[in-house]
Order: sequence, then C-alpha cells, then structure tokens
Amino acid sequence: MAFNIIVLAKQVPDTRNVGKDAMKADGTVNRAALPAIFNPEDLNAMEQALDIKERFPGSRITVLTMGPGRAADILREGLFRGTDDGVLLTDRAFAGADTLATSYALSMAVRKIGAYDLIVAGRQAIDGDTAQVGPQVAEKLGIPQITYAENVEEINKEKIRVKRRLDNGVEVVECPLPALITVNGSARSCRPRNAKLLQRYKHAKTVTERQVQNLDYIDIYSIHPYLNLTEWSVADVEADPVQCGLSGSPTKVKKIENVVFQAKESKRLTDNDADIDELMRELIENHTIG
Amino acid sequence: MANFYTDTPQFRHYLQHPLMKRIVELKERNYADRETYDYAPIDFEDAMDSYDRVLEVVGEICGDIIDPNAEEVDHNGPTVADGRVTYAPNTQENLDVLNRAELMGMRFSRKYGGLNFPMVPYMISADIVSRADASFQNIWMLQDCGETIYEFGDETQRNNYIPRVVKGETMSMDLTEPDAGSDLQAVMLKATYNEQENQWYLNGVKRFITNGDAEIHLVLARSEEGTKDARGLSMFVYDKRSGGVNVRRIENKMGIKGAPTCELVFKNAKAELVGSRRMGLIKYVMSLMNGARLGIMAQSVGISEAATREAYNYAVERRQFGKAIIAFPAVYEMLANMRAKTDASRSVLYETCRFVDMYKTLEDVGRERKLTPEEKDEMKYYSRLADAFTPLGKGMSSEYANQNAYDAIQIHGGSGYMKDYKCERLYRDARITNIYEGTTQLQVVAAIRHVTTGTYLQRIGEYAAMPLTPELEPLKNVLVKMTEMYEKLVDVVTAPKDEEYLDFHARRLVESAGHIIAGYLLLHDANKNQELFRRSAEVYVHYGRNEVVKNYNFVTQSRIDDLAYYKPDLTEQ
Repeated sequence: MAFNIIVLAKQVPDTRNVGKDAMKADGTVNRAALPAIFNPEDLNAMEQALDIKERFPGSRITVLTMGPGRAADILREGLFRGTDDGVLLTDRAFAGADTLATSYALSMAVRKIGAYDLIVAGRQAIDGDTAQVGPQVAEKLGIPQITYAENVEEINKEKIRVKRRLDNGVEVVECPLPALITVNGSARSCRPRNAKLLQRYKHAKTVTERQVQNLDYIDIYSIHPYLNLTEWSVADVEADPVQCGLSGSPTKVKKIENVVFQAKESKRLTDNDADIDELMRELIENHTIG
Repeated sequence: MANFYTDTPQFRHYLQHPLMKRIVELKERNYADRETYDYAPIDFEDAMDSYDRVLEVVGEICGDIIDPNAEEVDHNGPTVADGRVTYAPNTQENLDVLNRAELMGMRFSRKYGGLNFPMVPYMISADIVSRADASFQNIWMLQDCGETIYEFGDETQRNNYIPRVVKGETMSMDLTEPDAGSDLQAVMLKATYNEQENQWYLNGVKRFITNGDAEIHLVLARSEEGTKDARGLSMFVYDKRSGGVNVRRIENKMGIKGAPTCELVFKNAKAELVGSRRMGLIKYVMSLMNGARLGIMAQSVGISEAATREAYNYAVERRQFGKAIIAFPAVYEMLANMRAKTDASRSVLYETCRFVDMYKTLEDVGRERKLTPEEKDEMKYYSRLADAFTPLGKGMSSEYANQNAYDAIQIHGGSGYMKDYKCERLYRDARITNIYEGTTQLQVVAAIRHVTTGTYLQRIGEYAAMPLTPELEPLKNVLVKMTEMYEKLVDVVTAPKDEEYLDFHARRLVESAGHIIAGYLLLHDANKNQELFRRSAEVYVHYGRNEVVKNYNFVTQSRIDDLAYYKPDLTEQ
C-alpha cells in the first residue's frame, strides 16, 4: 500500500522574531526585514506526510507552494527532509491574492498534479492567521476535509482516521479518501533535515533561479534531473487569470492600524497638573478616550 | 528555536582556516566521489558549503532537542535489568533524531555509508553536542571506535561493522579493569583461541566501561598466556549479537549521568581479533586513545562554552546593590577569563584537529597509493604536531572546563549551589574530563618529551614568524617575552639531567608551553577577526603571562634538594 500525498506549504515572514523594522511607516509588513521561513504549522503537516511515507514505503510526497521565486526554498526544505518532489506556483498574475484566489490557484495546481490520495496543510499561516486556505481548497476540489488534525492514526486505501485537537478535548474522526487535512501546531514537530538529502538536493533549483543566478555547477542539472524544480505559471495550471491574484480577491483591506507598544508595563505619574494634562493628551491622541 | 552552531560565530571562523583547502582536497581525493555518490561535493567550495549546512542541522538538533532534554537525562539516567542497559528516554530520543538525520557516521567514507567529513567539522559537532549534553556526547563520540576497525581491521571487518555504526549502532571501548586503569599493561581479561573452531573466546571482567552495553565493542584482552606486560595484549571486536557479555551493574556517578558506565562480565564471549596479536595496547589502543582524547577536548570545550554562557546570562540578569552584577569588576573579570579560556581551548582544539586531519588523511591516501617523498615528510611533520598537541590540548581544555564550571557556580552565588540551575550539572559533568582518557597528570607525561625535544618551541617559532597587523604587535611582544622565559625554564629543569626533577616540574613546563601556544593561536585568530577574538586574545595573554611568570619564579627559585620536602618517606610504611 502506498499513497500519493500533496503537502500545501507557504513561505512566511518570521513574525515570531519581530524586530524594530518589522513594520513599514504605512503600517504594512516589511517583508524584507523579516527572515522568510517555512510556515511552522506546514512543517507539522509535512511531518504527518513523512510519517505516512515511512510507514508505507513507495508513497510519494509532493510539496506545493505558491509565492515569489525565493519560495523555492520551501521545496528544498521539503526535499532535505524526505519529500520526493516540489512544485512552485509562481506568476505575477498570482500576486496580491487573498484566501479565495489562493485556494483557487492551489486547487488548479492540485488538479494538474493529478492523482492524489491525501492533501495535508498547516492549520494556518503565521502571517495571515485566517485558517481558510486549506478548507477552501478542499471545497474547490470537492473532497472531505478534517481540520485541527494532530495525528493520522490510521490510513488505508479507503479511509483515513485522524485525531483532532479541539479547545475542549480530543476527537477522533474518519473520512473517505481522497481527503484534505489541516494540521495543528500541537502535532509533533517536523524531523530535522537529513545530512545526506541536504547534500543531495542543496543545488536543486527552479528554471528561473538557474537563469537569475550565475551557477557554477551547470552540468549537474543534466546529470541529475531531480535537481530541476518544477515551476508553474497561471497558464501552466490552466487557471482563469481573472480569478487569480488581486482581481480574484474580493477581500479589501479597509484600514491597517499600526499598534506599537511604546511604554513598558507601567508608567509612574505624579499628581501634579502637568503630568495629568500630559496623560489626558496622550489618551485622547491614541483614541483611548474622546 | 536555538541553533548552537550559528549562535557561535567562532565555529565558522575555524571552519574557514586556510589549511582546510588542502585537508579537503586530500580527504575528497580530488572530488572523485562525485561520480558515484550524488551527495558528494563537486569542489572545495561545495564541500565547505556542505559542512556548513550539515553543522547548521547539528546546531539546530542540539539547540532544540538535545539541550532541552539534558536536564531529564541527568535526572533519570540509564537503568540496568537482566544484564541489559536501557538509556534514559530522552537519550534514546537524541539518538533516534541524530540517526534519522544520518549524523551517526560523519567521519566514515561514503562507501561505508558515511559523510566522509574531516576531523574539523566532525569535532565542531562534538563541541556543539557537548554544550547541549556532555553525557550524550560520550555515547555519540564512541562512533570513533569504528575508526580503529577501519585502520587496523581487515576488509571483512570494515564491511561488517562500519556500516552498522553509520546506521546508528553504538560502540564502546572496553579497556579498563578493576586493577588496570591508568596502567593498562595490567589488563587480565583472557582471550583464548580455539583452534578447532578457529574462534577466539573472551573471559573476565571490565570496569568503568562507558556505554558498556553497546552493539559493537572493542576489547583489550590478554591473548598470550603467561605474559604480564603490554606485549601480551591484543585487540578484539565483540558483537553483541553473538552474546556472552552481560552488564553486572552500572555506576552511580557524580556527572555525565546520561552515559551508562558499566561493569561487564565476559563469559565465553565470541570475538574477532583486530589486526595482529600483541599489538593491542602498543599500537591500537594508543591510536584509539589519541582519537578519544581529541573527543574529550571537544567535550571540555563544549562544557566551557555552556558554563561561560550560563554565567554570563545570569550575571546580566542578576541585580544586586542596584545594578546587574556583571557591572562589578570582580564579576566581569571572571567572565572575561572564562570566555578567554574557552576560546583558547577551542583554538587549540581546532589547530590539533587540522594536524590530525593532515596526517591521518595522508596516511589513508597511503593505503591506496605510494606517497611521494614530499607527502611523507608532510605526514611526519603533522603527525608529530598532532602527537604533541593532543595531550597538551586535552590537559588544558579539561582543566579549563573545570575552572569555568567552578566559576560559573561562583557567579551564580548561592543559587548556583542549588540543583535548580544548569551550572550545577556542568560542574559535575566537567569533573570527569580531566580524569578519563588519561588524567591531566598523564597528559603531562605524554607531552613533556615535546618540551625537551623542542616540538613546541619550534611550532611557537613558526607562529611568531607569521605576519601580523601592527595593532597586535604589542601583544605579540608579550608572547615573545613569555617564550624567552619558557626557554630558560626548560634549560633550568633539564640541565641537571635528573629524571625525577624533570618529572616534578614537567607540569609547569607543559602548562607554560600551552599558554604561549594558545596565546599565539588567539593572536592569529584576532588578526583575522578582531571583533570576535581581540578581547579573548588580550585577556588570555595577560592571564597566561601571569601564569608563566609564576612558573618561572617557582622553578628558578627551587633546588633539586627541595624535592625531599615533598617526597613521602616510604621506608616507614
């Protein structure tokens, strides 16, 4: 018994290590100042896939990610840990996508990948925190979904049994395959990179990366075909450009508020008038009162 | 989310040493493996990039898993039942993670499944692992015994055992017995050969065997009946799968509690001879010990690093008299000395690793083809330096690990004496480093001939001749003066041609050489990277100068006759 598994993963700014320059003056995220990382819960999801592959030799794992060229890192990170293949969905036309446009694009790519038994994704990404993309992809593909998964308890060709972590306890549910599960951060963490796979795949590149970078080892891409990472555009996955990117995104951001904690936990004030006036002005200015 | 490799920029500095180019070229035989193995490097830059990336994985595993596990490992420790050892659950988890990441046979060549890493990146790993959990470093480092099988075993033994080590089976070196500790010539465990079966059998007891329930054991045993000295000892490999060895008990130790220290009973245990009879102690154990000593150097440096960081973090946070205690000269002097001693022992460690890399790799090349006369000279040159630096570095780094662990507790004050802080474990773990694999006193015995034959002085001369930025010249001048004192010291002690007088002062001579060597190494580290090493170079040289002056005064003001005041009167006993 072997399974074809697709892992949906996203490269995100590391919002857990926010420094001074994390936000731009206009209140948007300064992506350049934050290191780009593998979305943490997507790593938990990938571990579930790797575990199934270990239990059922011959299973294949394809990592699918959408993003700019540098998101190819996500595919390499997967290969370093034991996935078999990776697809980078990249196109200017995908840019500015909200969760609806993202799930549309991903579902089109999944259709193009073809036969699959299981799709695993992280519960949510640490940049948007919506937890919508996984469920939306399942809906678009018309397959069952199990969210908040903590562990794949059992899987066979017909069905999957999953332990879910909920606010008030644990639930074990079953559904037929193919299915999509979104994995919680409480699931066991992903295994470290493997020393040999790391050395085997470190030169793996997309076509664009090979064109942009001046590569010293050009001959290895013909000797080792597995070093060529797949890159798909809107046209490659036969997506409708209108439903992609900004044009496919009904979500409109009305206002972004930049909350900066300037004061420490407490502030000491005296009872003189100047101090009280100062406090009043501060509270009015930051709209706490008035 | 800690990474013990990337948070210590010293590692990349040592990895980037100019001699690495030659080491890697030799180790990779001009990158011939790229034809056969898809994970082999293509050229020097590619190899260096691989070391760096793999070390990042090691750093991550140590920071995220092994270090957080260390406290429970220390509390729970291994257990023994029915002659078999079970590791603490977290120790087992550490092993499983490293094994899955294929980090269990870094040093072995690819044909046995290894990563073919040189000593330098391998020891960086050992250094990092030890910072996370010194007791786990013991178990992990014992893969080195596979090196002995590689060097002295036959091809069948290599093929049988090394791939198993690479796949995560652990090893042990069974040398010590109740009456044979520092003096291994007294080993009694009996090896008998059954001619009909063409089979060796082992019978007897071993004691203090680290990881004694390993899958694969190297055993020193007396194969020549009636002999009493080193010439009757041979080396054997015992495979746990064939049975015959049970663990009678595990020791309740002061530190490195995660590593089981076993008493073993051999009862008609089948074993294979490694190499030639009678060469067990004379040749193989000596080689094995040199490797192990390097491992203990790395363990010591890792403990020093951990102690220095613990003390620093505490001193920054702890406030007394209205300020952080790090602001007090008495505290920051200790911290600066700790950092300097850590950096000094680390610099000596990687210098020694490069020497070992050079001669061992040339030796290995020599197994495949005849070395050129130049290569032979090169091998001899580095072999001698490795031989000189290993005991010097082992003694120095293990003593510093103890001093640093001691000072870390001192900086923690009363809290440090409680079981609540990590420094308490470091103190207990450090205590073994200057005892096992040869006490510091025995390291002096091994190192002293390099004082008298001038190996150290010659190398010091080479350091002194290396170019230096003018800014660092004043510091170098201090080292030049220290060297003059050292030369005088050697003259004073060797002039009477009295063995006992030399033995009496040997420690002071070896330590003085160590201070000068470590001083020069840090000086050249600072020359390449001021920001990273300048402070340690200055602090260490000041410290070392003081020590050399002390030794100088003690020796030059002592007379041979003084020995009488120290010597016990043995006639009354």
